[in-house]
This record gives sequence, structure tokens and C-alpha cells, in this order.
Amino acid sequence: MSHAPDAVLTLADKIESITSQSTLQCYQCGKCSAGCPVRDYMDDSPNQVVRLVQLGFDESALQSSTIWLCAGCLTCSSRCPQNFDLAKFMDAMREISLKEKTAIDEKDTVEFHKAFLNQIKKHGRAFEFGFIRDYKIKTQNFLQDVDVAPEMFIKGKIGLFPHNVKDKEGIKKIFDKTE
Amino acid sequence: MRIGVFICHCGENIGRTVDCPEVSRAAGKFPGVAVSIDYKYMCSDPGQNLIKNAIKEKNLDAVVVGSCSPHMHEKTFRKACSDAGLNQYLCEIANLREQCSWVHEDIPMATAKAIDLVRIAVEKVKRDAPLITIKVPVTKRALVIGGGISGIQSALDIANAGFEVVLVEKEPSIGGHMSQLSETFPTLDCSQCILTPRMVEVYQHPKIKLLTYSEVEKVEGFIGNFKVTIRKKARSIDETKCTGCGDCAQKCPIKKKAFSEFDEGLINRPAIYVPFPQAVPNIPVIDRTACTYYQTGKCQLCKKVCGREAISFDQEDILLTENVGSIIVATGYTLYTIDKKPEESPIKGYGEYGYGKYKDVIAGLQFERIASASGPTSGEILRPSDKTVPKKVVFIQCVGSRDESKGFSYCSKICCMYTAKHAMLYKHKVHDGEAYVFYMDIRSGGKMYDEFVRRAIEEDHVKYIRGRVSRIYEENGKYIVKGEDTLSGMPVTIDADLVVLATAMTAQHDSSKLAQKIGIPYDKYGFYNEVHPKLRPVEVSTAGVFLAGACQSPKDIPESVAMASAAACKSLVLFGSDFLEREPTVAKVNESVCAGCFYCRKVCAYNAIEIKEIKDRQGKLIKTVAYVNSGLCQGCGTCNAVCPSKSVELIGFNDEEIYAEINAL
Amino acid sequence: MKIGYYPGCSLSGTGREYDLSLKKVLNLLDVELEEISDWSCCGATSAHATNHLLSTILPVRNLALGKKQNLTELLAPCAACYNRLIVSQYEIEKNPQVKKQAFELFGEFDSKGISIINIIELFQKIGKDKIIEKREIELKGIKAACYYGCLLVRPFEITGFDDSEQPHSMEEIISAAGAVPIDWNYKIECCGASHSIAHKEIAVDLSEKIINDASKHGADVIVVACPMCHSNLDMRQKAMKKNIKMPVLYLSEFIGLSLGIGANELGLNLHFISSDLLLEKVK
Repeated sequence: MSHAPDAVLTLADKIESITSQSTLQCYQCGKCSAGCPVRDYMDDSPNQVVRLVQLGFDESALQSSTIWLCAGCLTCSSRCPQNFDLAKFMDAMREISLKEKTAIDEKDTVEFHKAFLNQIKKHGRAFEFGFIRDYKIKTQNFLQDVDVAPEMFIKGKIGLFPHNVKDKEGIKKIFDKTE
Repeated sequence: MRIGVFICHCGENIGRTVDCPEVSRAAGKFPGVAVSIDYKYMCSDPGQNLIKNAIKEKNLDAVVVGSCSPHMHEKTFRKACSDAGLNQYLCEIANLREQCSWVHEDIPMATAKAIDLVRIAVEKVKRDAPLITIKVPVTKRALVIGGGISGIQSALDIANAGFEVVLVEKEPSIGGHMSQLSETFPTLDCSQCILTPRMVEVYQHPKIKLLTYSEVEKVEGFIGNFKVTIRKKARSIDETKCTGCGDCAQKCPIKKKAFSEFDEGLINRPAIYVPFPQAVPNIPVIDRTACTYYQTGKCQLCKKVCGREAISFDQEDILLTENVGSIIVATGYTLYTIDKKPEESPIKGYGEYGYGKYKDVIAGLQFERIASASGPTSGEILRPSDKTVPKKVVFIQCVGSRDESKGFSYCSKICCMYTAKHAMLYKHKVHDGEAYVFYMDIRSGGKMYDEFVRRAIEEDHVKYIRGRVSRIYEENGKYIVKGEDTLSGMPVTIDADLVVLATAMTAQHDSSKLAQKIGIPYDKYGFYNEVHPKLRPVEVSTAGVFLAGACQSPKDIPESVAMASAAACKSLVLFGSDFLEREPTVAKVNESVCAGCFYCRKVCAYNAIEIKEIKDRQGKLIKTVAYVNSGLCQGCGTCNAVCPSKSVELIGFNDEEIYAEINAL
Repeated sequence: MKIGYYPGCSLSGTGREYDLSLKKVLNLLDVELEEISDWSCCGATSAHATNHLLSTILPVRNLALGKKQNLTELLAPCAACYNRLIVSQYEIEKNPQVKKQAFELFGEFDSKGISIINIIELFQKIGKDKIIEKREIELKGIKAACYYGCLLVRPFEITGFDDSEQPHSMEEIISAAGAVPIDWNYKIECCGASHSIAHKEIAVDLSEKIINDASKHGADVIVVACPMCHSNLDMRQKAMKKNIKMPVLYLSEFIGLSLGIGANELGLNLHFISSDLLLEKVK
């Protein structure tokens, strides 16, 4: 945490308050990037994003598409020699990016998460038809998976109607308390 | 009583915050003080002369010096007193610097405190008794535990100085890990070529008693007077008859079935074996857990074949007792076994590297054996799996080191250097081979070390990639190594034929057991703790015991040798006198009051309290009391604090003296 | 044996054959499931990827419900649900503030008093001997690639399950069915997970690597324990460059086959990739 009086919270500080771990732990060995399954799709490697935060390049870090390409597979966290939970760091980066409305390249991924959670908020359980519909409308991605959609319907894997919990109030309370 | 008080200004150190002339004036009025002087630098020659002259001229019975910490100059002032004919223990120091002038800013208050401090010292010195240093005789013989390069060096230094050394080594041969190496950095000397002359020198030295295949069983006593029990394990060979011909090992039917410790499991060995051709002594040993005779009662081929009747199956361990004056611990290191669950960790270390699963993923010492001319491949670099020449070798540094999560947080110091060496040896032997080193940093701080690493990179074209490897898996007989170069930000994948892991240097697995036998402290990793990491690196808190080599912390051969000579030197300092002088401020038990509860014995950190039997004239036991061994007692006073009957007092700091100090405030 | 049941959202949707086969198999193995009444979504990836507080509170609701029903053990067949439930249970112990917020919503309850297990652990509890006892068809000669994916074996410090680099628990279960587990290199490599929708090409690429490696090592079938993994490996095979047609079965379907339950009863007909070739071998 910065010790300067009246200091503006840095990105590193914010991440530390969410994750309870300091980015100073990372000594940039690169083992996380070496084992990341989606590393080849990224411009900045995972350890480079941490480096940006360590050095205070907050904007560059938050705007990196890397944080959205992270698949949350936990390979990095399980292998990090410094016990730095990089996956949790990525979660925190995304949360902060959304809160601060940073410019994001990965709009599709964000819309997916928003659509998914919206359905949970409404019904308490995932409603695939609902969130895919909302996602497609937001991203204009109408043609994707039209090849598998019919089979999904026929096999009963996608229902037209949502499953609802009884305690919808309770679910809404959870979202209100945590948003 | 006639007390002299001497207040030192210490230049500005004390003088700036404490009004020294005022303190001297005030002290001059204390009852019992015959003379009170202040001076700029009491520790200087003229300053000391002031004290000496005052003692003689004013017939002083005791001296109080208000100065810097006793740590600095207590010895100086005590010597000045004894030079002037006054018992040195009748000199008390009031610390007016570290405990007064250096920690306060307000002059009047600091001066008042200084006066109080001097008053306390005056009251104490009134109750001080003249004391004589304790003389402890010294046995001028040393014990060296461990026969690796460190133990060998210490033993030779002490023996060459003319003193006897008992060298104990738990393996059948001396030489340690250095005998397993192929070449040493940065000179690329053949390891065994530079080591074996020393080994032979040890064996032939008239002053060295070499006990191999032996272990320390028990250590009793104290500095200058240790009594050590050593277990000489049964080799099952009569050493007086054996000529080292090797016929027995040739004929042993277990040939190639027992795990070879020396060759790190790359090949197997027979049950009766000499660990390596240059072993000292060149006498075999029978591994009873692998030998058919000991397991089933059958065989005895070696006995039939031996032309000298040297095999002795019913040989048993012998316990020997050695009296020594000093002990040097040189038990060395072992490597982190990454394919087994480390203790206290539920995680099996490094499953992602496939060590133990893939035959061609090996550890550093195993590569040494492959590269060594006396090794399983006669020095040819061959893959363990199919004995082909690897064309691409990947070396990975920091496996187990600098790793909070699956290993140790410390750096093992030698891996950067030996990995560069390995890569160079490989390139020298396989000219069209490719060598890759995955590193985080390069630690090459010794003489000619960094130049050595640059040679590997610039002349031998070893490719250095900065980043750790995430995982290794096998595909079509090759090992896919997935790493990252953080300098360029590029992922790096290599299809290696052989992978060498630089595994962490750790303390021996049983290092804590030995430490407990001797009574020396160790850290959480099992490395032995020196008294002071900067200024006293070879001593431990147990007097008379010294450390040499990697048992204290990871280090390379030059450092180990230097440390071994330093430890030897400390021993020789000890042997330089017939008697040891110890501070007389030790504990003493009043045997008539002591109830024999032995709380003191329980709390004594130095094992200095013994049980003494008081008998009447007929030899009947009256009672048992505590008895302080003044050779071991460090004068900490814990026994005095704990004793319920106040039978133990600390000489020079007894209750009367301490209460006088408190009451003087 | 009776055990609490948290099906999770996928098991009534894209992974419904998992639920079908699981119930059929557990019926034969004398295990009674008590479903959590009015369970709700664990939050899956989207919650933890965007809101750490939400991602901890959502799963805890189900723990509270489970405790209300006096359940001490809870089966979560979906690896992601299993992971979220266990991790959130751990998180509220570490963060008293969050625990307080959870108790404000759900009332106080013994959050540590319910243990979450995955499907492999369930079969371990049932025991290999019982499976062998009830086995009707020995799946002799079937070479199965056990695919663990990410969320069963990581983070090991919290789950304590099997081994995070070289797991072997699933192999032991399928050998009770008589099958031969193969050694292969992609046991714990990510399938692409929730990128399946927004970054389909990532899911296809990563899953293709898995299918290829299993095939290279001679697998007849890939056995999974997660509906997300199943979806990526099964449904997305159509989009892959190589046309390998590797059948992907849930562990419950695979065991179910050895217990003599019919393929369609188990829901194999709901897969995208046909299991016909595999079923031929089974006979």
C-alpha cells in the first residue's frame, strides 16, 4: 500500500484490497505465461500485465485485452513459485476495469458475462436461451452456432423457458448487496 | 571503600548530550567515591593512564567508568585495572552512550540520567567481590564430522599443525559430493584429479585417524573437553586383511540390482561394493539390505572368492569413544528430491516437470555422473533412456530454489555456475548439439565467475532464455519444454532430447538429529546457524564447535575450503593454550540449600547443569543437588530466575548486587 | 448411502445427460440423492470474472440451504460448481467481513459443517469393489483418456483433491469398470472453458489439441467430469480441422455402460459425436 499521505490509490493498491495480495510478490519469472493455454492469443503476456501494474502503468494494464482473454484455468496460480494467485489478480483487474469503465477491446466477452449474470439475477438459475439471445443482440453475432442450435433444441439441451427459483427476492437481494 | 569514578566524554558522542563535568562533580559526592575525573577519551592511552595512576596514587579498591557500551571497552578498562594491580572484576561500566547520550536529546534530563547510571554502578561495585577467571584444560585433539572437501581441508590443516584429528565419515569412502563431479567451475579442472591427492594425504597422514562408514552417536562434554561416542558400522570386511582387489564385487550375484548412491541411480551396483575406483579407503562394504546372504541366508560367493579371507559376515558395529577439544561439523549437503513429497507439504513437488516419470529428465548431479569419465557412460553424453547422443539439451535453473510454493525460498547459489558448466561440457563433447538454459537471474559473483558464464554464451553458443518453464511432457521420444522468454515477451517451446534440472541444495535430511546430539542450533531448512552471519561465520553458540562448508548454507567449493580452513584455525586458536580462560561470571549452587528440584536443569539452554550426588562417609546417598559445570555455563542467569529456593546465584550479578543497583535509583 | 445433491444449471440444460446417467448409475449403486431445495446458480465463471463479492456470496446461499436440510455432504457433479462452492466456503473463512455479509443475507449457519465432493470422490466413496460387484459388462480393452480439465484439480491448496499435476483418481475408477486408462499429455490442459461463446475459436483450438493428443495416444474415448468440458470437446468437434470423431463420455455414462445400463438410457444419444464405434467395442 502507498504510504504517501493523501495518496490517490494506485491500481496496485486497489488490486491488493480486493485480492489481499501484493503485486510486489511477482518476480517476473514468466512461468505463468509459459503455461497459459491462451497466451498465444494475447498481446501482453500475463506476467507483462503484472509488470505494468508493478511499474504504475495503470492505464495500459487495464486496457490490455489479456485480462479478458484469461480463461480462468488456474494453471498460472497453481504453478507460481511465489504463491501469487494470478487468476485472482486477473479477476480483480476485470472488476476494476468494469467499475472504472475503462476502454475495452474485448466487448464480446464483457457482453457475455453481463448477459449471463443478468439471467441469474432474474431467475436465480442460468437461462441459456435467454443469455445467448441477449448476447447475440448486443454483439450482433447472429450467425455463430446456427449450425448446432437446432440439434441443441431437439436434444432438449436448450429450453425456451427459464427455470426459476422460488426465492427470487433472495436472489435480487444478493445482487443488490454486491453490485 | 575507596572508589574511583572516570567519566568519558567520548568526544562529542557522550559530551554533546551529557554534561560530563557535571556528572563527574556529582559522582564525586557519592559516599565511597574517593576520586572522580572526566576526560575526553578514556579509552585512549592517556585516558587509561589516568585510571592506572589514580588506582596507584589514590589506593583505589574499585573503579567505575562512565563510557560507551561494555561491548566496546569493558575489556580495555578491566585490563587497565589489572595492569595497575586491581582485580579486573572490580571494574564496573556505566553505559552513558548507547543507553543515554545516543537515545536522548534533552541535555538536563540526559545528564540527570547519567548521574543515576553512575550511582547504580557505584553501588554495585561496592558489593562486587574480586574474581578469578576460570581455567579449563584443553584436549588438543580435534574431531571433524564429515569427509567431504570441507572436512578434508579442516583435517589436513589441523593435522599439519601437529595436532591429532579424528575424521568421521558416514559413507564408505571420503570425498563427498565433490568426488561425484566431472569438472569444477570456473577452471574446468577434473574434480577427482584435484580431490584425490587430498584424499590420499588424509589416508596417509600420521596425525589423522580416519573412521569411514562411521557416525557420531553421542556427544558429551564441553569446549576443550568433549567426549564423543562414534559408531563404526560393520562393513562385514576385515580391513586388516582386505587388499582392495575387487574380486568380491565382480562375483556378487546382486550385480546391477542395488541403487547406486554414487551414480545417483543411473546404474546399479552389487551388494558388496566399493563406491568408486578412487575410493579412500579402497575397501568394500556389504550393503546388508541388498545382500542375499543377509536377507535369505544363502550365497556367500564373495567369501568363497576372496583370496585373503577378508569377508566377515558376523562383524558387528563397534562403539568407540574419542576425547577431543574441538569439533568441526562439515556434513555438507544433499539435493532436493523433487519427485517425492517434501515434508510438511501436501504438494508433490514439480509434477509438471516429469522427474521420476521420464527417464531423460534428470537432476544436476546425475548429469555430473554422465559427464564424468568414471561415470556410467565413461564421460559420453548419452540419454539414460536409449543411450543415444542428445542433440538438444535443455537446462532449467532454480528447480526448488527461490520457490515459496513448492520448494525453498532461498537461492542455492551454485546452480547458475554449474549449469553454465554443464552446458559448456555438453557443447565441448557434442559439437553440433544445441544447449538451452532457462534462468531467472545469473548469480556469478566469484572470481572469474561472470567471465565463465559469458564464455558459455559468447564462445560456446549456449542459448540463455530468461524465464521459468511451465511444464514438460513427452511426445514421440522427445520432451516438449514449454517456457517463456520474458525479455522479449515471446513464448519458447523446445523439443528436447534431454532435460537437466538444477535442483536445490538442501541440508542433509538428518541434519537436525546431529544438531541435537551436539547441541547446535539450526534454521527451518536444517542448515546450521552461525553465531553472527557477518563477523563470526564459522562459530556456533556452543563453544568449541565450528562449522565448515555447505552444512551451514549453500556454497561452492572455494568458499567451503576457505571456511574449512577458518574452522581449523579456530580449533588451533583453542589448542594454542593449555588452558582456556573463561569468564567467572557463571552460576553457582549453594548445595546446602538446594532441594534438588532441577527446574534449573530444565531451563538451562547450555546443558550446563549436572546432577551431583551428596554422599555421607559410608557412601550412602544423602541428597542429589544441582551442580553447575562452569566450563559450559554462559552466565545467562535463567537458572537463578527460576530457582524456587534461591539456591543458585550468578557470580558477579548476585541478588545483593542487583538489588543495590535498583535501590540506588 | 445418502448424500446432498447440487445439480447446477448445466445439468438441466446443456449437460442433461450427465444428470440422467448419474441418477441411473447411483440408483444401481445404492446411493440416494437429496437435492438442495430451491438451489440457485453458483455464479460460474461470469461472477468471479467480474465481481468477487458476488462470486463468493452466490455459492454460499446453497451451502446455507444445504445446512438447513441438515446435509453434511454435498455432491456437485459439475467441476465449475464444485470449484466455486469449495472456494467460496474457504473465502468466507478467510474474510470475516464477507462472512458477515453472507450471514446477514442467509442467517447464521455452520458454513464449515458441509463438505463438497466431486463425482470422482463420490465414486471413491462408493468404492471400486462395489462397482466391480455390480458390473455387468467388463469394458475390456477400451482405452480411455481421463480428462480432468482445470477446476477439479486446481487450486490444490483449497480442494486437497488428488494431485494437481499428475492426477490418477479417475483412472482408478474407470479401471474398476474394466477399461484401460491411457497415459497422455493433456489431462489437465484447459478446454477453453467459457470462451466457448464469445471466443469460439479459442475453445475450438484448445479442445482440438486435447482431442488430438488423446487420439495420438490411442484413446477410444475421452472421459470427462464437467459439462463445460463436455460441451467444448463434444459439441465443438464439428468445428475442428481434423475429423477424428472421438466420443466424449461423462464418467457417469462410462460407468453406467459397465453396469449394463443402455446407452440411450444413459443419454449417449444426446451427444453430438456418436458413440457407436465405442459401443461396438463394448459388446
